Amino acid sequence: MKIAVCIKRVPDSETRVKVANDGRSLDEAGVKFILNPYDEFAVEEALRRKEAAGAGEVAVIAVGTAASQETIRTALAMGADRGVLLQADAVPADGLAVARALAAELQDGGYDLILCGKMAIDDQSYQVGPMLAERLGLPCVTAVTTLSLEGGKGVAEREIEGGVEVVEFPLPAVVTADKGLNEPRYPALKGIMAAKKKPLAVKPFDGGTVGVAVTGMGLPAERQEGRIVGEGAAAVPELVRLLREEAKVL
Amino acid sequence: MSHVLAVVEQRDGALRKVSHEVVTGARRLADALGGEVHALIVAAAPVTGAEALAGFGADRVVTATGDGFARYAPEGMAAIIAERARDGGYRAVVCAATATGKDLAPRVAAKLDVSLAADVTDVGMDGAAVVVTRPVYAGKANLRLSVTAAPAVVSLRPNVFTPVERPRAGTAETIAVSTAAGRVTVREVKAAAAGTLDVAEAPIVVSGGRGLKEPENFKLLEELAAAFGGQAAVGASRAVVDAGWRAHGDQVGQTGKTVSPNLYFAVGVSGAIQHLAGMRTSKVIVAINKDKDAPIFKVADYGIVGDLFEVVPRLTEEIRRVRG
Repeated sequence: MKIAVCIKRVPDSETRVKVANDGRSLDEAGVKFILNPYDEFAVEEALRRKEAAGAGEVAVIAVGTAASQETIRTALAMGADRGVLLQADAVPADGLAVARALAAELQDGGYDLILCGKMAIDDQSYQVGPMLAERLGLPCVTAVTTLSLEGGKGVAEREIEGGVEVVEFPLPAVVTADKGLNEPRYPALKGIMAAKKKPLAVKPFDGGTVGVAVTGMGLPAERQEGRIVGEGAAAVPELVRLLREEAKVL
Repeated sequence: MSHVLAVVEQRDGALRKVSHEVVTGARRLADALGGEVHALIVAAAPVTGAEALAGFGADRVVTATGDGFARYAPEGMAAIIAERARDGGYRAVVCAATATGKDLAPRVAAKLDVSLAADVTDVGMDGAAVVVTRPVYAGKANLRLSVTAAPAVVSLRPNVFTPVERPRAGTAETIAVSTAAGRVTVREVKAAAAGTLDVAEAPIVVSGGRGLKEPENFKLLEELAAAFGGQAAVGASRAVVDAGWRAHGDQVGQTGKTVSPNLYFAVGVSGAIQHLAGMRTSKVIVAINKDKDAPIFKVADYGIVGDLFEVVPRLTEEIRRVRG
């Protein structure tokens, strides 16, 4: 099975966000970067598929700055076979530009399956996967929590409000991963050493016309610190009174 | 062209509540553009609730019907929406960033070869550009974007745009569309247990964390939620979802769901930054925790310091009493 996984380098979810001096981007000083957690599910899924098939290749591909090489090495340490970085000065805010570049890189690769995370935890755009599928003319299922593949067909489950959709699709396809799909492995020391010698190609990013421009970034208004109503169960009647009479939510 | 296409969502033949929000957002843009709002419903047959859209500012309501649309059909629906958007020469296309909308809107945008401003919390016009605000880093920051592509495809975060009544005369029409069978088909929809609300949609959320000590103890929170008579859902912190106590669909936080209910109870939740990111836009937050220094108290409107195993049953009793 030949599988491609699209990955992204993102700030850790515990990051305290500060706005940079340009007023429209993250101040990266002191920020720890990780492999996007949803992409981690995608990488893990690809590795399990390859292992189950007993043969194949897992390629990881990222759009990002030179520092994304480190993120690609993380995926290689998990077990992916090779990496491609489409190197940009910055990842554009336009998901379509990213999808165009990924599609150009992947279109002649003969992949049976292309996996992505359902979203990146930094810009939360939920769009590169399905846009990539549209560019490639492939079927796409997003935000899947279970996936089974057999005989050129796939069945996936995805959560919707108040239920679960069971979706069927033919391969090749683009599938985006949600939490719950699997439990990603930690790279072992042996994998980390092996990753250093795996091929990593760096190519220039070309996303075409960009249709959105970032004009500013701000922090949300701080919530006012509330008050401690009291201690223990004795405080419950006063809490309920405040919720009814002051907050008026009951 | 200065008209706006509002793509509204139906399920099982009924419009979803978020539709009113979508028409309201579309109306705001259309007013700034001096244009009309055309609502588009894609369904198997005319849906209930369509007539109400004129009340929120839809000048035209078009229902495109096709055999394949009894369930969500991503490929066929995206094709029809993109075709209508293109043929109508719309300035903007507005959708909802629901589970379905998050799947559908990028397909529509890609078919139109334009960008998507996803999951926005504010939308307006600045001169000739559609401008949006969207939360990033799980709500720890807001990004302001100017959408230069035309049409501007925008999806609205649910529960943010308060529906505004703006009655229009409103014409309604139904058109039959032929649809090729899509490659991606929904075989089955497994509904959650009757009466179970999704945390992302419930007006009240009762979330539990590690302070619950054992998965079985979540029944305390289920009882509290039940006391609100079908208005509340039970959520969970990442720690307890990772421990396998609760389904990941219940997780509130940066790698779970972002919720903005009217009332949020954080019970035995310490308030890690990644949890706060998922619930900080709740209208009123109540924290119950035995550690008076827990960070959750920094964002809570009201707090009780104490043993949740004593506080929660008492609270359930009190809620039952006042709702009597």
